[in-house]
This record gives sequence, C-alpha cells and structure tokens, in this order.
Amino acid sequence: MSVFIIRRLMQAILVVWIMSLLVYVGVHIVGDPVDMLINPEADQAEIARVIRDLGLDRPLHEQYWYFLKNALQGDLGNSFIFNEPALKLVVQRIPATFELALAALGLAVVIGIPLGVYAGLKPDSKISQTIMASSILGFSLPTFWVGLMLIMFFSVMMGWLPSFGRGDTETIFGVEFSFLTWDGLTHLFLPALNLSLFKLSLVIRLARAGTREVVHQEYIKFARAKGLSQNRIIFVHLMKNIMIPVVTVLGLEFGGLIAFSVVTETVFSWPGMGKLIIDALHNLDRPLVVAYLMVIVVLFVFINLVVDVLYSILDPRVRLRDLKG
Amino acid sequence: MSDTTNEEKMDLAPIETPFKRIWADFCQNKIALAALIVLLIIVCIALFAPWIAPTNPYDLASVSILDGKLPPGSESLSGVTYVLGTDGAGRGLLSSIFYGLRISLGVGVMSALVALVFGAIMGLAAAYYGGRVDTIIMRIVDIQLSFPAILVALILLAALGKGVDKIIIALVIVQWAYYARTVRASALVERSKEYVEAATCLALSDRRILLRHLLPNCLPPLIVIGTVQTAHAISLEATLSFLGVGLPITEPSLGLLISNGFEYMMSGKYWISFFPGIALLVTIVSINLVGDQLRDVLNPRLQK
Repeated sequence: MSVFIIRRLMQAILVVWIMSLLVYVGVHIVGDPVDMLINPEADQAEIARVIRDLGLDRPLHEQYWYFLKNALQGDLGNSFIFNEPALKLVVQRIPATFELALAALGLAVVIGIPLGVYAGLKPDSKISQTIMASSILGFSLPTFWVGLMLIMFFSVMMGWLPSFGRGDTETIFGVEFSFLTWDGLTHLFLPALNLSLFKLSLVIRLARAGTREVVHQEYIKFARAKGLSQNRIIFVHLMKNIMIPVVTVLGLEFGGLIAFSVVTETVFSWPGMGKLIIDALHNLDRPLVVAYLMVIVVLFVFINLVVDVLYSILDPRVRLRDLKG
Repeated sequence: MSDTTNEEKMDLAPIETPFKRIWADFCQNKIALAALIVLLIIVCIALFAPWIAPTNPYDLASVSILDGKLPPGSESLSGVTYVLGTDGAGRGLLSSIFYGLRISLGVGVMSALVALVFGAIMGLAAAYYGGRVDTIIMRIVDIQLSFPAILVALILLAALGKGVDKIIIALVIVQWAYYARTVRASALVERSKEYVEAATCLALSDRRILLRHLLPNCLPPLIVIGTVQTAHAISLEATLSFLGVGLPITEPSLGLLISNGFEYMMSGKYWISFFPGIALLVTIVSINLVGDQLRDVLNPRLQK
C-alpha cells in the first residue's frame, strides 16, 4: 500500500514539475509585458531600469531557475498589474469559485434527483420523455451561450435577478460568502444554475438509470409486500440505493466544475479564479497567469491523487496492476 | 480509407455491402435521419457561404455603421432587408452566421480529423507492441484525461497565443487521448483473434498488419467517437473564442459573433447573441444525434 502511495506521489510531483516547466516557458513566449507596463513616454534609461527590476533581461532558463527556487518557498512573483504577490491574489479568489461550484453541485442534486427518479418510475409518460429529451439538450448547449440567455431573460427582460457580481457578502473567519445574505443569494442563483446545467443532465441520467435498476430489486418488492407507503419506499429504500453512484460521480466531477467556472465567471463577472485568469491573459500579466495555472494544476493533481488512493483502498486490483506495470 | 472499404466490399459484395446495411439501419430512426439532413444543409451552407449569403458582411464598401443594431426583419437605409437584424457594426447577422459556420465547422472538423489520425496511430501502436510502448503512451493518456478538456486547452492557448493554427493544435492535443484510448481498447480485442494470427503466420510486415488488418476492424468505435468529438471540438472552440483566447477577431467564428453581441445585450438587443447561438446549438445537437444513431447501428451487440 505505502509503495503504491509513494509511487503515485512521485508521479504527482513529476506532473507538477513538467507542468511548471511547460507553463513557464509557454507563457513567456507570448507577448511582451514591457510594452504594456511602461509609460510610452518613458526614456531609454527608464525602460532599461524597469526591465532590470522585473528580471526580464536575464536568459529564460535563468529566469525559470529563479522562479522555481522562489516557487518552492511559496513565492510566485508579483503581479505586473496589481503589484501584489500573485499567489495571494489567486488564493484570495478561491472561496468565490468554490462557493459557486458547490452551489452548482447542490442545484444539480436538488433538481436532478427528483426529475431522474420520476423519469425512472414512469419511463413511458410524456413528462418523463420531456425530461430525458431536455437532458440531451443539456449536454449539447454551450454553457456560455446559456449564461447569456439567462441574463437576457431574467435580468434584462424580466428584471428579476441581478446579472453580475457577488452582491452583499458576509464574512466568516475572514472569508467572504454570498449565500448568507439575501442579496448575495440572488446574485448567486443565475451563475450557479448556469454552471450546474451540464451536471444536472448527468444527475438526471444517473438517477433514472439507478431507479430503473433498483425498483426491480427484491428489497423493494419486500417493502411493498410489507405494506409500506409508496412515499416511504421511494424516499427511504429507493433513494438511499441510487445515491451511491450519484455521489461517486459528482465527487469526481467537482474538478470539472472548478475548471468550467472560468466560463460562467466570465459571463456573470463573478469575481473568482476563472475571471482572474481571463483578465490576466488579456493584460499579459505573466506572474498571475503562471500562479493561477500552478494553483489549478496542484489542485487537480491533489484531487486525482486522493481519488486514486481511495480507489486502491476500495479495489485492491488497481494497486496490484499498477505495481506489476 | 478507400483501401479499407474496398477490402470490406470484396468480402461481402455478393450478399449486401456493409455500407448498404448500415444505411438501412440508420434510416430506421426518423429523428436521426432528420438530424443528418439538417447537418448536410449546415455543411452546404458552410461550404457555399460566399455564394448564398444575402450580403457580404466583410466587404467594407457595402457595410455601413448607420445600419448597426437593426432588429430582425428591418430594412436598412440602402434598402436591404436584414432577416435576422444587424450587429453593432452594421453587418447582416444571417450572412455573418453563414460565414461563421464556415470557420466553426472548419476548425472543428480539421482538429477532429488530425486528432483521429494521430490518436489512432498511438492507440494502435500501444495495443500492438504492448510492453513499454503501451505503458508510456497510456500513462500520458491517463494523466491528460485526468484534467478537464477546457483547462488543458486554456493552458495550451495561454502558451501558444491566438490564431486558427494554434487553436487547432490545442484542440488536437486535447482530443487525441480519447481516440488513442478507444482504438487501443478495441485493437487489444482484435489482436487476439485468429485472423491476426493468420496474418502473422504469413509473415506480413507490422505496418501491413496494423493498417490493413487491425485498423479496419477498429473503425466502428472510431467513427462514433469521431462524430461526438467533432461536436465537442466545435463547442470548445466557440467557448474559447468567447473567452477571448481562441480565434483572433479576423476569423469571426460563431463563438466570436456571440461574444460581440454580449455588450449590446444589456440594452435589450438580444438578436446579436441569440441567433449565432441557435446556429451553434442546431449544429451541435444534430451532430450528437447522428453520432448516437451511428453508435447504435455500428454496435454489433445490438444487431439481431
């Protein structure tokens, strides 16, 4: 077991290192931040001074070595635009993104499971067919366009919900949250709905497939024979058993939600990590881009590591195959 | 490709060609057939856009800013009727969508094809040679697939910059792993069958066994993944272009058209974003429906 974990850990570190190299070299080939940052009226001496201050006059491998040494100490450089530590800027935005992703996950479960269970219990009814047809649509709709249409309908035409920002936030342990105030909730609803759309379709399909399988099981028949009410059978016996695959898949998909929040955050100007990276890309703010990508790579490598280890505990074959290979 | 179909035809020609059988099965689902027809119309529009578009949205002489933001169905000062309205710069939306489809479909199909060829070669190599080759290729595939596609594309485009060639490269790198995994899985099954053994006994070259014997038998799942991934590529390109990291503004794909309409939406001018989105949606849905039906038709387990 420990051999397996060590091997996976080494592999994770290798992936992070290769990514850091790719990201750093790649980002430094694009654009010239000097043009952007220096006052166009600055003279030669001034320009030379700024280039020296930013370390842009050294060869690339020296810059990377310097970057790596600092990165290991948690210093990813200062943002060119904000003139603050890049890592701090990214980490500050993490709670907003996580709040959005969790809200989306919650919506997907709360809306998706009842619809999926209904479709599974009455597979031939018109409503069920409509549910399934719209879940296919949910897979095909481009997220950003749906976001625009949500704003169009709910904010511009109806004027019911605000279309951008986080609204009022409440601070707990020094972290701001939107879902604790009414204003924040109204701001959270549309982006969360937008982000959840894809997962919602997934949950509907999983819940439907699970229900259709479970209703024919012996224990449901037994519960029925005991004379339990329909509600009790559905909410206790059936629900518990369809939740296992749903929870597993959603756990795995959480990373995907964080990645896709880039799109939703841009549409709704939600001040999370995704909005930050898109703005940084437009401003050629290299340290910020590198910091975001490193944070997200570490985050994903960590999620994957945890999933791998959990799987190997649940299913020893995974571990044994890996050791042989 | 033409070689492989010939080979299949020779085997079955007297009774019924596989193409005819697949076509007959495909037609049984009316929705899929309708989707195929819609898809063909879209492809024709994309191919012949310059000839069938009512106006040329990129001809500076005929576009006037005075015609900007006209609602659908209105007539411009110069007497042209814009069925779907105009955008901020006075370009007719219907024509812009026709030209946009050209770019969106072109990028999607091109990247899916290159990824298919590259992924299929890697998958075949992994399955046929096994051992170290297999381990290395599949480890790369595993690591890559553990990151969401949009994230990989974002990292790549942050490094590569904007441009048609660059987004195609990014989409190919994002997608090849799906093909490699699919081809490897079916090639592993095929490899242990007698006909491959027979070919090995005849001392045929590796290349010949791989390309003429293994590949044709791995084609059905590859075609299915190919259609689904094309839809995926089109959607991803639109998303990236909307985010401003995909295509440059000189190549206005559907994603960029939608993005252009974003700023006008707050004042209620919905059509600039709405119609290109509908075009995108219809394209993706019809490709997905055709892909679904292909999966059912090409799956030998579902055949009577």
